[in-house]
Amino acid sequence: MSQHSTPTAAFQAPAQPFLVDLSPRADRTRWSVALQAWGGSFRRVASPLALLLLWQLVVELAIVPRQVLPAPSQIVAAFGELIETGELQRALPASIGRSLLGLAIGGGIGLVIGLFAGLWRIGEEIFDAPLQMLRTVPFIAAVPLFIIWFGIDEPVKIIVILAATIFPVYLNTYAGVRGVDPKLIEAATIFGLSHPRIIRHVILPTAMPSILVGIRYAAGISLLALVVAEQINARAGIGYILTNANTNQRSDILIAGIIVYAALGILTDIIMRRVEAAVLPWKPQHAVA
Amino acid sequence: MSNQANAVELQRLVRRYGARHVLNQIDLTIRASEFVAVLGPSGTGKTTLLRILSGLDRADGGTVRLAAKRAVVFQEPRLVPARRVWENVVLGESGEDAKRAASRALGEVGLSGHAQAWPKTLSGGEAQRVALARALVHEPALLLLDEPFASLDALTRIRMHGLVEQLWRRHRPAVVLVTHDVDEAILLADRVLVLADGRISLDMSVGIDRPRRKASPEFDRLRTRLLVQLGVVDHAQAPPEEIPEPIATP
Repeated sequence: MSQHSTPTAAFQAPAQPFLVDLSPRADRTRWSVALQAWGGSFRRVASPLALLLLWQLVVELAIVPRQVLPAPSQIVAAFGELIETGELQRALPASIGRSLLGLAIGGGIGLVIGLFAGLWRIGEEIFDAPLQMLRTVPFIAAVPLFIIWFGIDEPVKIIVILAATIFPVYLNTYAGVRGVDPKLIEAATIFGLSHPRIIRHVILPTAMPSILVGIRYAAGISLLALVVAEQINARAGIGYILTNANTNQRSDILIAGIIVYAALGILTDIIMRRVEAAVLPWKPQHAVA
Repeated sequence: MSNQANAVELQRLVRRYGARHVLNQIDLTIRASEFVAVLGPSGTGKTTLLRILSGLDRADGGTVRLAAKRAVVFQEPRLVPARRVWENVVLGESGEDAKRAASRALGEVGLSGHAQAWPKTLSGGEAQRVALARALVHEPALLLLDEPFASLDALTRIRMHGLVEQLWRRHRPAVVLVTHDVDEAILLADRVLVLADGRISLDMSVGIDRPRRKASPEFDRLRTRLLVQLGVVDHAQAPPEEIPEPIATP
């Protein structure tokens, strides 16, 4: 124990023990640890379930009118209705088809331009500035303009989706290619690889994770764009179901439609992550939200 | 005019960065199969010299003649993460011949079982061994090593010294090893250069027979000599009275 020998010491720190006890506590048994973990999972599941029950209760007790907020049971019934009449089965292929077509074209354009701008200076000089400027335009705001230019039929819907998906793919492809470690390229140069071979064996494989992230993000955006596009005079697809539901004030179908969009979004994300894991066996997979 | 038996011929080599002469009138000839170490503190132009020898940089003046088949091992392994280990060894090539050559090279560095592995799964030492295999797979006449073991732990470094010597004996390239480590230089090289202020301030041959022992008196003498030339006093080593004067740069 140290003693301070200052003559003017008005305050002396209380005597501290030299050792502190950090031994494991007896009460941290295997049981208490297991219980803590189990409690966590229980709460994670119970919380949304409780919310659903509360929702159902609120409607049952007529605290909120059924028209305004349908109960979960009504929404399930609405799903049943859509499936029985076959509407959902007709709508899904139409919507997914639009989304995929827009994604394929927009993603394709973004990929090609992104590669051109990433690999060659001249590509960057031509394309990067205009694309960086255009990407700040929210595509939703551009829809009225698209309608004037392209009408209200099928083409404009694809174009809306296309316009939305170009940018994530372009940006991530460009960044992925430019982000390849120059030291790797140096090493390849020394080992005698020609420029085309360096692109094929070093740059593209190393840029692939970024490129796929761009495509994954674009896939998500394509669904968002789909929702917007299907608001324009829809004749088929989930947007059509929703427009009808809106006209007939069927809020239960509206919510069901929204849930379908959300489910498609989750499915897209899962599929893209699987694709990434398959194409990039060399990348350690991180669990990200 | 150039001697076929030389791997490197530099005459009055100059490299400037702005007003600063990083390399100032360097004359250097390295014979085939000669093992040369280049010592010097950071910033003296060792890496610049190596980059010129590898062809990544151009000199600003003087003559530079180098062996056509060159290979480099950098401080980082610089493996393409999206390619398997064997594909990295024969980068850019495919087919059975390439695979066999890669296999052989990997066997020499003790990584036969890792041919199909991904670079991310390798430790630092293993990755550097792959880099060595890649450098030697095409039998270069000039092998350049830029502080290749600087980022490895001390124990791995000991193993790597043994490996480099073994590979050099088998393949016999001329070697230029840039390093901070005086012991490493004396252990491996036939000839040690000290770079200071853009010039070669010392060009000393290591006359010790291999296998060399770090604890031997000759080794100790050379170590002291080089440390003095580098301006470093190691109090854990030579007694103060025996320290010789450094040679002034001509």
